[in-house]
Amino acid sequence: MRQTVLQTKKLTVSFGGLKALNGLDVQLYEGEFLGLIGPNGSGKTTFFNALTGIYRPAAGSVLLHGNDITGAPPNKVYAYGITRTFQRLRLATSLSVLDNLIIGNQRNLNLGLWHNIFNRKSFKRQLQEQIQISEELLSRFSRDLAVHLFKPVSSLSMIDRRRVEVCRALISEPNILLLDEPSAGMTPDETRALMDELQDWRVKYPSLSIILIEHEMELINKVSDRCVVLNYGEKIAEGRYSEVSMEPGVRAAYLGED
Amino acid sequence: MATNRVVGRPFCGTRVITMPDFKTKLAILLGVALSVVVLYGFLYLEREWEIGALLVMVPLGVYFLRRTNALTYYQHAAREMPRFTWISFVLGAVVLIMLLRHDDFALLMLTTVLLYATVSLGLTIQFGFVGVVNFSAVAFFGIGAYSMAALNQHFVFLPDLLIIFFSGAISALLGALLILPILRTRGHYAALITIAFGILFRTFLEVNDVLGGPQGLKVPALEMFGWNFGNSFPSEMGGGSFYVAYAIVALVLVAIVYLITRLIESSWLGLNMDSVRLDEVASAAFGINGPRWKIAAFMLGNCFAGLAGAVYAAMYGFIAPANFNLSDSLLLVSIVLLGGIGNAVAVIPAAFLIVVLPEKFQVIQEYRLLLFGIVVILILRFRPSGLMPRGLRQYFAGRFG
Repeated sequence: MRQTVLQTKKLTVSFGGLKALNGLDVQLYEGEFLGLIGPNGSGKTTFFNALTGIYRPAAGSVLLHGNDITGAPPNKVYAYGITRTFQRLRLATSLSVLDNLIIGNQRNLNLGLWHNIFNRKSFKRQLQEQIQISEELLSRFSRDLAVHLFKPVSSLSMIDRRRVEVCRALISEPNILLLDEPSAGMTPDETRALMDELQDWRVKYPSLSIILIEHEMELINKVSDRCVVLNYGEKIAEGRYSEVSMEPGVRAAYLGED
Repeated sequence: MATNRVVGRPFCGTRVITMPDFKTKLAILLGVALSVVVLYGFLYLEREWEIGALLVMVPLGVYFLRRTNALTYYQHAAREMPRFTWISFVLGAVVLIMLLRHDDFALLMLTTVLLYATVSLGLTIQFGFVGVVNFSAVAFFGIGAYSMAALNQHFVFLPDLLIIFFSGAISALLGALLILPILRTRGHYAALITIAFGILFRTFLEVNDVLGGPQGLKVPALEMFGWNFGNSFPSEMGGGSFYVAYAIVALVLVAIVYLITRLIESSWLGLNMDSVRLDEVASAAFGINGPRWKIAAFMLGNCFAGLAGAVYAAMYGFIAPANFNLSDSLLLVSIVLLGGIGNAVAVIPAAFLIVVLPEKFQVIQEYRLLLFGIVVILILRFRPSGLMPRGLRQYFAGRFG
């Protein structure tokens, strides 16, 4: 029996009268690659925002390893080992690739005044350590990208920015990774390359669980172990992609058949 | 022995220039010497056409230095040896003060420049790093000044150095009250709150009899290290105006504040502050506590303003509400905009231009604010990152980004 890492119970998020999420029950197992699909506006990103503390759920609960973390602020959620990427890239484009990655490794940084301002030797050691970690992580994804470690993100191409964003989410070695439509703005080839790189990462960290929001059905079919289908904030189906995609409700809501 | 250092960042695509150590130092010293000569000219010359000629020559000189790559050479050198550059500039400023030691008015201007630069460094942390706008810098400057006056009056036994520190601390603490509503608002509304605070502060001073009301307060001259700052230097010490001592204190203050600002910038603290400014939501998703950094930056910046205000009050010997207008806050913001938002070095030449030019041109003096308005509009339109735009973040000299 696989262990449940994350579980939502009757999770509800409402904006005024609209229920963006309505009593959602989702389970995520250890090491699982869960696909989250559904038409536009079905509440997929809202689900991520509710998990990461950007939105406060109106009702229901979020359990991490059985502990209630409902309504925890974003920085707490990060400390629990949940990181994410954003649908529209949210990198600090005027900062270097290195700086963006270090931001992602926040919980391993020493923020003490003494360490940062006065004891520059120990700060330098930590900086060198971070440079090394960043370089290794980047070259795992793309050797070419590691060379650009000290360049501003604004000088990178779209796929490299995606890679940096994924690396920023991975550098702190989280337990759960939330990927919000990583294929947006990329060609199918680029997306495939990114997914292959991610699969390699999973081999090294088998306990990492991933939730992926995606519109490319082929991609979901290929990488996900299991799928959850949302429509109007409710779960309408759950299971392997091959099963889910045959269900009439899903086809009607999402795949465009009457 | 000339060891070759790699100058510039090898990974940044910038041209790699290698130069021996002594040449690096020579480049820096030449830069300092040139700055001292130009600043001396600005402060010493009095006729308007002379200043005008200098004003035309400076951009031409900068253009020439850029064309001959001398400027790039210097910039690389300064980036390579920041500590040496810092020490050279401080010593250069001492030389400048010594050159002007008999000229009361020039020293008064120079000291004002240094104090305004101190406040602007505070604004750089607030506005340039963490992204909190502050249109009430002069209110915190004033809090420092009034703290100086009041503490001097009521706690005569306190040493003046301690009073200066207390003034900074009081400024920071009062600023902590203002940050609460700022944290609950965004963008323009936060700016409006600070403007309101600036106006409130002045009105408060005017109706408060304990603090002298509209007439203001007298502040005795500083007394530190066994020296009364009200005295001019006797001829056996080489002579000199009493402003020399204030100029030195202001110089020490700005040098330390600059160092602190740079150390913050080149550490995780500065990285987190930049991250909060650029995208608070994404920062929060990686554990960065936005409000925490905003509070820290706001308090530190206001502390700088308070320290500068305390020295200012002692130097002028008299303070009144009329010294702390909203327009002065705007002046300080325009120093940051003119120099380059977030670039700590840039505030010093910018403060120089904004403070000294109107004093030299009586024509400008009358239309001061009008002209600054035009300058700010031109800058925002044509060079939004300022005269000296902030470069990529750098942690250490040389290789490390």
